[in-house]
Amino acid sequence: MAKPFAITLKPGSSLTNLTGTWRTERPVYVDRLPPCNHACPAGENIQGWLFHAESGDYEQAWRVLVQDNPLPAVMGRVCYHPCENSCNRGQLDAPVGINSVERFLGDEAIRCGWKFDAPATSSGKKVLIVGAGPSGLSAAYHLARMGHAVEIHEAGPLAGGMMRFGIPKYRLPRDVLDAEVQRILDLGVTLKLNTRVEHIEQTMKQGGFDAAFLAVGAHIARRTTIPAGDAAHIVDAVSVLRSMEGEDKPMLGRRVVVYGGGNTAIDVARTVKRMGAEPVIVYRRTRDKAPAHDFEIEEALQEGVMIKWLSTIKQAIDGEITVERMQLDDKGFPQPTGEYEKLEADSVVLALGQDVDLSLLEGVPGLEIKDGVVQVAPNMMTGRTGIFAGGDMVPSERTVTVGVGHGKKAARNIDAWLRGTEYTPAPRHEPASFDMLNPWYYTDAPKTVRPMLDLIRRQTTFEEVQGGLDETNALFEARRCLSCGNCFECDNCYGVCPDNAVIKLGSGKRFKFNYDYCKGCGICVSECPCGAIKMVPEET
Amino acid sequence: MGFQPVKFYQTGTYTVGNRLLAADERSVQSSEQRSNAINSGHRACQGCGEALGARYAIDAAMAASNGQLIAANATGCLEVFSTPYPESSWQVPWIHSVFGNAPAVATGIAAALKAKGKTEVRVVAQGGDGGTTDIGFGCLSGMFERNDDVLYICYDNQAYMNTGVQRSSATPPAARTATTMPVGPQPGNPFGQGKNLPEIAMAHGIPYVATATVADLRDIEYKVKRAMQMHGARYLHLFVPCPLGWGTASHDTIRIARLAKESGLFPVFEAEHGEVTGVLKIRHPVPVEDYLKPQKRFAHLFGKHAHPDMVAHIQALADRNIRKYKLLDEEVH
Ligand SMILES: Cc1cc2nc3c(=O)[nH]c(=O)nc-3n(C[C@H](O)[C@H](O)[C@H](O)COP(=O)(O)OP(=O)(O)OC[C@H]3O[C@@H](n4cnc5c(N)ncnc54)[C@H](O)[C@@H]3O)c2cc1C
Ligand SMILES: Cc1ncc(C[n+]2csc(CCOP(=O)(O)OP(=O)(O)O)c2C)c(N)n1
Ligand code: SF4
Ligand code: SF4
Ligand SMILES: [Mg+2]
Repeated sequence: MAKPFAITLKPGSSLTNLTGTWRTERPVYVDRLPPCNHACPAGENIQGWLFHAESGDYEQAWRVLVQDNPLPAVMGRVCYHPCENSCNRGQLDAPVGINSVERFLGDEAIRCGWKFDAPATSSGKKVLIVGAGPSGLSAAYHLARMGHAVEIHEAGPLAGGMMRFGIPKYRLPRDVLDAEVQRILDLGVTLKLNTRVEHIEQTMKQGGFDAAFLAVGAHIARRTTIPAGDAAHIVDAVSVLRSMEGEDKPMLGRRVVVYGGGNTAIDVARTVKRMGAEPVIVYRRTRDKAPAHDFEIEEALQEGVMIKWLSTIKQAIDGEITVERMQLDDKGFPQPTGEYEKLEADSVVLALGQDVDLSLLEGVPGLEIKDGVVQVAPNMMTGRTGIFAGGDMVPSERTVTVGVGHGKKAARNIDAWLRGTEYTPAPRHEPASFDMLNPWYYTDAPKTVRPMLDLIRRQTTFEEVQGGLDETNALFEARRCLSCGNCFECDNCYGVCPDNAVIKLGSGKRFKFNYDYCKGCGICVSECPCGAIKMVPEET
Repeated sequence: MGFQPVKFYQTGTYTVGNRLLAADERSVQSSEQRSNAINSGHRACQGCGEALGARYAIDAAMAASNGQLIAANATGCLEVFSTPYPESSWQVPWIHSVFGNAPAVATGIAAALKAKGKTEVRVVAQGGDGGTTDIGFGCLSGMFERNDDVLYICYDNQAYMNTGVQRSSATPPAARTATTMPVGPQPGNPFGQGKNLPEIAMAHGIPYVATATVADLRDIEYKVKRAMQMHGARYLHLFVPCPLGWGTASHDTIRIARLAKESGLFPVFEAEHGEVTGVLKIRHPVPVEDYLKPQKRFAHLFGKHAHPDMVAHIQALADRNIRKYKLLDEEVH
């Protein structure tokens, strides 16, 4: 080529200069574990479903959610949401209202009639599930989606376990529960009601089951000996709550003393309040030591439930109880003071916790029972091969969410066991802690408060106390998510690279680095809002 | 009124892109179709703020002129790292002037285009702070005074970086450079000297003057677009940290620019015909220490032989900017 005067070299592009050779460290895209996901006992991919909710694609959000938890409308009402306590946004202003968005999605799914995808294949294996509480339902759902034939045997007249016969209607309307249970059954799960399993191995043999998952809960009310007169009316909380579901409502009189400081005590007191009685909770320790959640105590107090802290019941005789005042010692244990007080009481409701009815396991070899609960291996299998267990009957926190999580975990292990393999969970991503984020990029946005039913209706009816979010504020709340540790395609890396070394792969496909030109400055890492890029040393 | 940020779509307009924004609300930089005015393979240092700022600004100018743009470039890092003969990173028609005459060269190009009736082709001139505030100052002032149809962009990295970090009239007080060493009772660049070029430009009464930093992409894009909608002499002063000259970590370039703005030391505003028409408010106020401490060029102000009096003096300068340009929202006080 003829060159102009004084020009000796051909003009060229700088693309021939591979500046990637300057690099001593390289940026790599990572997915880190958001603290919410880490904290969710059901193992939900919260950040993952919020991502879809953020763009208004609620159905996709719901589908991602139900990969882990088939009961979002229930969960969005009764879960104690440990996810929110660990949400990184809490360090900015207030945690994302994960639970309220979950409820919105659950309600939306019911409203729109979204169904689960039917299982693609059939394994030819048959699994027995004992108990249709949250844990059993969760296991049934996951096993069915994996293609196994599932049969639930439930002793009670309706499915739901403590979600129906424990948790009161004003916190969990029954049509919501029914809809979510029915959707699981629509997968082809067989539910046999009024079918108590008396002996697990017999039932398995008779039905030709290849494996079993036990989730019988904890239903035997703990008692305490209170010296009582013949006419004293002493009942337990779970049977009171259970009879609320039947035709014959419990007869407790006007003055009802509830003994205990857990969530069950609160629920029973709030229930009898709604029936027109005047409940008094008697608890031996202080409010901050009570096992009930503080917000539940607060809601009960708002509704006019009386609470006597630092008190024990000494005796109950004919419409009257004697209460002894307690005092906390240095170790925080309540000690008697010798001071007494009398209270009018038409009945006393004991809410002192529940034990597991293990009669169906009698004579099963290899089982280990400790502290009244069944011991299970990390794969949820009991000491008896092929029999798995979860929920309230195994050692753990007793919540609906933990039960659902156990059901999922057991299902995965049962599936592997049935195939003669072992379930190996995907390796955990490293945690996405707050210091990995660049919070500058998030707009300031306070948390949306859920509406509460007015007080008069809370005291007199069983209408749901806490309202849900509507579409606009659910969307707002979803968009408060920081997407900790997971790319949400904000284009920052693509924009901030001084070397054009980030390639945008298009919507939903994220980005990749062009290591021919990346000099390893690390700006993309620093300016990634959500901590989804990290620097690693170049191999030399 | 200045750039109106979208407040709440998770990251709103703080991030480069945002999948939740409508297509017409998105930035030029977020697009795969951006012109990439300075292509990969340029020889700027790791984390160069000037390379980034130039791509932000020229891509925005390309978008605003439908790709009909000619750029003149003064000598300096931007020219040297982008165009070592015979190769170039520029993907726009681009001409290297000499160190001091980029405004005059741009004036000539604009005049030629006018003579040929090519009114759709627009002209930008660009240079470093040395080329702009010192040696090119006379040409620039003339370009302003004649109101030539040129957008001049100054990439302010606060010293002559290309020749080894010598002081310019845009070097801030107390900063260490090769020619203002941290020795004596008042170490570093003396207080009370230097030029405030944005204000000098405003004094010419030209149609548009604006400042911006590489930490606020959307603000840069807004200002370039606004400037390109006007004719006559326009001036954009872009704050671009230099990891090498400032002694900052290469990954901190944007953070440092953000701190300059948030501390009030670098006021971000725009002005039309000599009057301020908008400011970018401080979002999370920080003391000047937060900005100074990560920079080795200010290291002598801290540590064993600290100079708290000089830090206080710098803080006073920031406070004056905050008052003068009303950089804080009323309720923040
Ligand atoms: C009053 C109350 C309020 C609560 N509130 C909350 C709350 O707000 N949030 C929360 O997360 N948790 C709450 N819990 C706890 C939660 O309800 C339980 O942890 C959860 O239901 C346990 O699930 P599960 O599946 O293990 O057992 P369960 O829900 O108890 O279900 C067990 C099922 O097994 C059946 N069954 C038992 N034995 C047999 C048998 N031999 N054969 C066949 N079927 C059998 C039972 O009839 C029952 O339906 C509350 C509990 C109570 C009592
Ligand atoms: C007339 C003239 N004097 C001196 C130089 C040497 N020189 C080249 S670039 C430069 C400094 C550039 O500084 P600045 O304009 O701030 O740009 P930066 O490199 O910092 O981006 C100097 C002094 C020159 N090229 N021409
Ligand atoms: S901000 Fe989002 S991803 Fe991060 S912890 Fe909270 S809900 Fe999870
Ligand atoms: S910003 Fe660009 S050059 Fe710097 S590390 Fe990231 S990809 Fe590499
Ligand atoms: Mg310079």
